[in-house]
Order: sequence, then structure tokens, then C-alpha cells
Amino acid sequence: MRGITKRYPGVVANDHIDLDLQAGEIHALLGENGAGKTTLMNILYGLAVPDEGQILIDGRPVRFAGPSDAIAAGIEMVHQHFMLIPVMSVAENVILGAETMANPIFIDRREARRRIRDLAGKFGFELDPDAKIESLSVGQQQRVEILKMLYRDAQILVLDEPTAVLTPNETEEIFELLRNLTKDGRSIIFISHKLHEVLEIANRITVIRRGKVVGQRRPAETNDKELAELMVGRAVQLTADRGQSHLAEVRLKVDNVHVRDDRGAEAVHGISLEIRSGEILGIAGVAGNGQDELVEALIGLRKVTGGHVFLGTRDVTGVSPRTINESNVGYVPADRHRFGLILAFPLTDNLVLTSYYKEPFAHGLLRDERAILDAARKRIREYDIRTPSPLVPAQTLSGGNQQKLIVAREFEGETFLLVLDQPTRGLDVGSIEFIHKRIIEKRNSGVAVLLVSAELDEVMELSDRIAVMYRGSLVAFLDGRTADKNQVGLLMATGRSSVGDESGAAS
Amino acid sequence: MSQPKKAWSPASIASRVWSLIAVPILSILMAIVVGAIVIVLSSTLLLKQPMDLTLPITAYAALAQGGLGSYDAFVSTFVLATPLLLAGLGVAIGFKAGLFNIGAQGQFLMGAVGSVAVGVQMAHLPAVIAIPAALLGGMILGAAWGFVPGLLKAISGAHEVVTTIMMNYIALAALTWSVTGPLRQVGAAQPSTATVGAAALPIVLDRSGHIGIFIALAAVPIAWFLLYRTTRGFEIRAVGANPDAARYAGVKPRRLIVLSMSIAGMLAGLAGACTVLGVTHEVNASFSTTVGFDSITVALLGRSNPLGVLFAALLFGEMRAGAGPMQIHAGVPVELVDFIQALILLFLIANVVLRRLLRLRGIAGAEQTGFETITRSYGRETTV
Repeated sequence: MRGITKRYPGVVANDHIDLDLQAGEIHALLGENGAGKTTLMNILYGLAVPDEGQILIDGRPVRFAGPSDAIAAGIEMVHQHFMLIPVMSVAENVILGAETMANPIFIDRREARRRIRDLAGKFGFELDPDAKIESLSVGQQQRVEILKMLYRDAQILVLDEPTAVLTPNETEEIFELLRNLTKDGRSIIFISHKLHEVLEIANRITVIRRGKVVGQRRPAETNDKELAELMVGRAVQLTADRGQSHLAEVRLKVDNVHVRDDRGAEAVHGISLEIRSGEILGIAGVAGNGQDELVEALIGLRKVTGGHVFLGTRDVTGVSPRTINESNVGYVPADRHRFGLILAFPLTDNLVLTSYYKEPFAHGLLRDERAILDAARKRIREYDIRTPSPLVPAQTLSGGNQQKLIVAREFEGETFLLVLDQPTRGLDVGSIEFIHKRIIEKRNSGVAVLLVSAELDEVMELSDRIAVMYRGSLVAFLDGRTADKNQVGLLMATGRSSVGDESGAAS
Repeated sequence: MSQPKKAWSPASIASRVWSLIAVPILSILMAIVVGAIVIVLSSTLLLKQPMDLTLPITAYAALAQGGLGSYDAFVSTFVLATPLLLAGLGVAIGFKAGLFNIGAQGQFLMGAVGSVAVGVQMAHLPAVIAIPAALLGGMILGAAWGFVPGLLKAISGAHEVVTTIMMNYIALAALTWSVTGPLRQVGAAQPSTATVGAAALPIVLDRSGHIGIFIALAAVPIAWFLLYRTTRGFEIRAVGANPDAARYAGVKPRRLIVLSMSIAGMLAGLAGACTVLGVTHEVNASFSTTVGFDSITVALLGRSNPLGVLFAALLFGEMRAGAGPMQIHAGVPVELVDFIQALILLFLIANVVLRRLLRLRGIAGAEQTGFETITRSYGRETTV
């Protein structure tokens, strides 16, 4: 790709970007959210037309009017969110759109299955072509996505944040697969903002900031610190300095709590834990092991079907979200668009979402627009929320700024307990650094913090204690400073600390 | 809308206003154009008259003249707009809360029954007592007709579209029963109630301009204030825009659903009361109207914004007022007005298509305007 420029009203998304990809190479594209990675890949995939510049494949300039042109040229893309149909089999998903026909009417399923097995075998993994997608683990689904590209004989594979939802072990396996692919002469563009992964897998790394290429490095010549600086444009503190914790009284006590999921199946099987003032308890676990249900039950959004929750010494089992909120509990939800924000409402209203009815924002039934606006201005400044005005709808903000908006609301004022569910999911390093700092600050001022994250690094870095959640139970409690990453990863994936160990449960 | 203006540049205000009113305005214009084609075709093909391409202009001129051309016409526009405005505000508040209240019709009819029942009883009392009491009677019965579907939804999740339609039928039957039964005037040839006597709204403008007009106009700022300046209004809008976040914010969705439906019913009931006390002064068995259904179109056309609802109600009132003169002067049947109203609704609902055709951009950050409620209300799980 040579001199690619794409302008949108008000922004230059790509400013004369050059990117070259050699056969058999893994080329990582690194950049913050909104840096222009996605625009560039959309251009490569024919979803957007560049204003300037051209794409050359094997030295010949090509023009893509749509994705079908790109696919014909051997380019395939795996999106961040899987594009698979859960109720269909692996084979059906793989051939969808590129069906192998026995005759003009019927699909040749046998041939399709055979080719899928061959491809899987060739690149060293096992996959049952007849398994339903919904029965597969996330890591296996990721392999199906890659298989789809191989089935179409892609020579250039674009992977957008392929490891975002994988456990460390699954990531390792996918990396192995990617390396095998390059041995076969295929080229891979690997988009990520996880620095250590990029350093591990890539042959070359191109860093983009504000639509421009700001540097190109080989992993051997660089380190995570330099890459982060290139990405953000300033020095970044990668590991939060957590300092010492000063433990005091127990602020959250969860006693043998049971919770059901939306379908009525029990998702949390009798969890007990305690968090003290000045302590961060991190819950590690692969997404979907009951963490969200547990957190929602603590906040009052979901019914506790058994057990008790105490704030301090007060039993708050089954109370309303407002009661929890009025006990100075801050909550950062995993799905910020669902529980965290009203996207259609302006920043002002979102910042008073939990306090709109109280002084000084309301007097009786009347809202005080002045007070709401003043408070919003103050918090936007303090939390460095980038917005043209406090009155624009929250949906016009970037993900990072939306998250800061929630943090600004929930961390404000006196805090007794913070419940953070995936507080940095999908954010770039700059925003992560900011939010981590605030979490540590709160902890140091004596707040008890429950941190749920599928991001193992985040849990390892911030937590004073780590609990591992597996299939609705806490299977282990570990010391945050001495815990071993591989051991936690294994606990997350299997619920056991070593192969064959059946007695890992410590809840 | 609800914000101080100084944070916006004039250009950004203009573009925001345009993004809000573009679809309603274009829907009206397109309905007028299609209406013109139908006027020409129907007079040529059905009435076997020579094709007259100026006929639409004559017809629309008469339509405008009939609603705006004289003080008399102007007043009747407002009289006809009054119930549409009140009921339209009710539907709009429902939309803001994410509720699709098809029951305005039944609530309107029950408002008529309630006001006439009280009005007849108080026909000989002083007007200062009789009028507020009769209005209140209509509002309470209308509110009850909104309260019941609201309660059903809060308790069991029964969808308000289904229950309000059923309530419409019950209302119609209740009206017929009360006019032929308990409220029937003894000795009257046709089944009809007695007149409301002292409870009749005083005529203050011209020959037909009753004070209900001012009640309806006053309801516009009141509704706006409720929605945008009170905490309860914030809760209503929050539940409509994101029920999950509203629940987290401490709002009790069940209570708000009941409250919003009751307010909506009260406003539609007030519309019915104003019609009875200000215009018909009695209710007979053939008391029928499409106000309740038209008010849904009014709320949609006004994008559920109180000021927008006002303009939409006045437009519809104008067309109703001008329909008769149009038939007389241009020979175009009054039903054309229904036809144009239906077309407006059609184009409004098809706004996605309209936007694409006209290359309009979506509205960034639009709140509930009604469209969302309609398109979403079936696919979504109940919020309670």
C-alpha cells in the first residue's frame, strides 16, 4: 500500500500511509483506537476507497470496488467480533459464501469436509467439521475463522485483534498456527494494541498515530516501552505502580451467594469472598464464567437466589441498585452501552445518571440545569474527557472517552467500594494507564475494590489478591504479588492448578 | 431543546434543527405531491371530467383558505386542533417512555363519557364548579384507561399495543352502553345524553372558539417542562432510551410505565372532555371520531417533541377545517384529507427509505421520537 490517504469530514483518517507486506511475513499494525488502523484495513479489504494512493499486489496496482474484489485478489479478513453462525456446523460456516458444489443445485458436503480436515491437518490442528459452532470454545471458533480464510485460499490474512477474547494458552496456540501459515508463504497483517503479543509474533511492527506512520520496528530492536511511546506520543507508564496496601476493616462480604443467568440456569454456585478497605481483589477468569452475573447481583441488578451480601456489617442482599448506590458503591459495568450510559443523552445527563434526583442537581422534583452543567464541566476537565461540549450525546464520544465518562461518575466523591467489571475492555494504552492510575489512587485512599477482568495482565498488575473464577465458582485465591501467570492461566482454562489436580477449589 | 443555547454555534443549531425536522417536512411535501396526482387522476378517471392540471392548486388553495383564510376559519382550525394536540402530547409522552400507546382512541372516548357524566349531573350548578368538575371527570376516566394497560404491563409484561387495542373496544362498548343506558336522556327520540348545561366551556373567540383551546396550548409548555425540567421527566426519558441503564440509575421501570400510561390517558381523556364540553355538549350513540388514532400520527409527525406536536396538531386541524370548503369550491371530496394524513404517516414510517433517497444523514443522538419505539417495541423483551 503506497501513499494511502483517506479523509473524512473534519479528520484525515489515513495520511499518506505506506505499508508493505512480504510473503511469509507477519506484519503487526499497532495503534491506539481511532489511529486509523481500521480505516486502512477497510481500504485494503475494499470497504472504503482511498482519496489518494494505491494498492499494489505482486507489483501490480489493483483497484477494489468492494470486498469481493479483495477476496478475488486473495485477501481475507477476520473481524474482531466473530462472524459465525452458532447453530450451524463448522463445515457449513466455513463454506458459506464459497460453497463447493457437487452440481449446480447441491452442495458437495463430503468434499467440503474432506478439504476442511486436510487444511486443519496441514496446519497442525484438530477440528471436527460436523461440530456445531456453539459447542466450540472461543479459541476453537477463532480457528474456524482462520480456516474460513484458508478455505478461500487467502494469501493475505488480516486479523483484527484476534486474541482479544482468548486465554493465554489459546493465544499461544493461535500464534503457533499463524507461524505455520507463514511457513507456507502466506502473509499476515496482525492488528493489536497488546504490546507483548506484537513483540512475540510479528516480524515487523508498524506503528500508526493520528493517521500517520510514526515508526517501523523489528521486535529484536525495540521493546514495549518504546512502542507504547510511539503509539501514544509520550512516555507511558505500562505497569501501574501499585505500592503497598494498608488493609483495614472488611467492606464487602459475600457469603455463599448463588445467582442465575438470564435463561434461569445457575451461573454462580455459592461464592464467598471478602474485600477489605484499601485492598484490590482481582477476579480472573475467561469471560462468561459467571463474573457478570456475580457483579450484577452485588449491584442489585440481578436477584441473589441464595446466600448473603454485606456492605460493612449491613446486609444488603436483594436491595435495589439505588440503595447500593447510596451506600457509595461505584460500579463500572462490563457492557458500558447497556448499564453504563444512555447513549442518546448528553454528557451532562450521563454524569448525573445516579444522582439526578439529589441536591444539588435537583430541588424536589425540579432539575437544576445550571448545577448539572457546572458539575459536568468540572468532571470533564478533571477526567480529561475529550468532547466538543458537555451537551453532545454520549454516543459521539470514542470508547475510551465513554469509559472515562463512567469512571468520572462512579469514582466521584466519597467511595466505600468500587465494583469494576472489565474496566478497560477495548481501550487503548493511554486510557488504560489513566484508569489504572485512578483505581490505585482510590485503593490507596482506603476504598475496597473488586476488579473483574478477562485480561490476565490487568488482574496480575493491579490486584493485591487474585481469585480465579471458573464455571461459576472461585477455584483459587492467590497472593497478587507472588502469583504465577502461567498458573493463573491454567486455573482460568481448566479450574485446576495442574493437570490431574482435582482439589483446586478453595471457595 | 433542553439545553442553554450558548454552547452551540448558530450553524450547529441550524443543522441540528434541520436534522430533526427534515423528515417530517419532507413527508408532508411528498404527501402533498402524491395527493395532487390523486386529485387529477380521480377527477379524470372516476368523475369522467376533462383532465384539469390546475385542479390540485384550486383544491389546495381552498384547503388553505378554509383553515386560514378568515378569522372564522382560523378559529375553527384551533378548535379542531385542540383534541389532536392534547391526545398527541399524551401519545408523545408514551413514546418518550418507550411505550406505544395505541389506546388514545379509547382514552379519548372515556374522557368524553367521564365529562358528560359529570357535566350532566352539574348542568345546573355554577360554571366555576361544573366546568372543572366535568373536565376532571374526563381526565380521571381517561387516566384510568391508560392506567390499566400500564398496570398490566408492569405486572405481567403484557404488551401495551395489544392491551390498549382491547381497551379501545371496551371503551367504545362502554360509551354505547352508557348513552343507551344509565346516561340516556329520558324522552329523547335518539339515544343521547342530556346536555352539559353550565359545564359547557365558554366560547371566547368568534363563534366556536371555546377555552379548551387555551387549555391545550398551555399543555404544550407543561408537557415540555415535565419531560425536560423535572426529575420524573428525566426518568421517563431514561427508561425509554435505555431501560437497563435507567434501572441501574435507580429508576423503577414498573412504576414509570404505569405513570406514563396514566398521564397519556389523562391527556387523551382531557381531549375527549374538551370535545364534549366545548363542541358537542352531549354525547349520542353515534359519537365517533378518529382523534385518538390521528393523534398517533400527530405525535410521530411532531417527533414526540411538545413543540413539534403543536405544529403537527395545527396542521391536521387546519386540514380538517379546510376540508369542507375544499369540497365546496374545488369539488374534491373531504376524504382527500384522510388520504393525505395517511400518506404523511406512511412517509414518516418509511423514513429510513426517505433518508436514503434524499441522502440525509441520521440524527446523531436523537432521543426517543416515536419511530424507535414502534420499530423496537415488538422485538424487545419486556423491561420489567
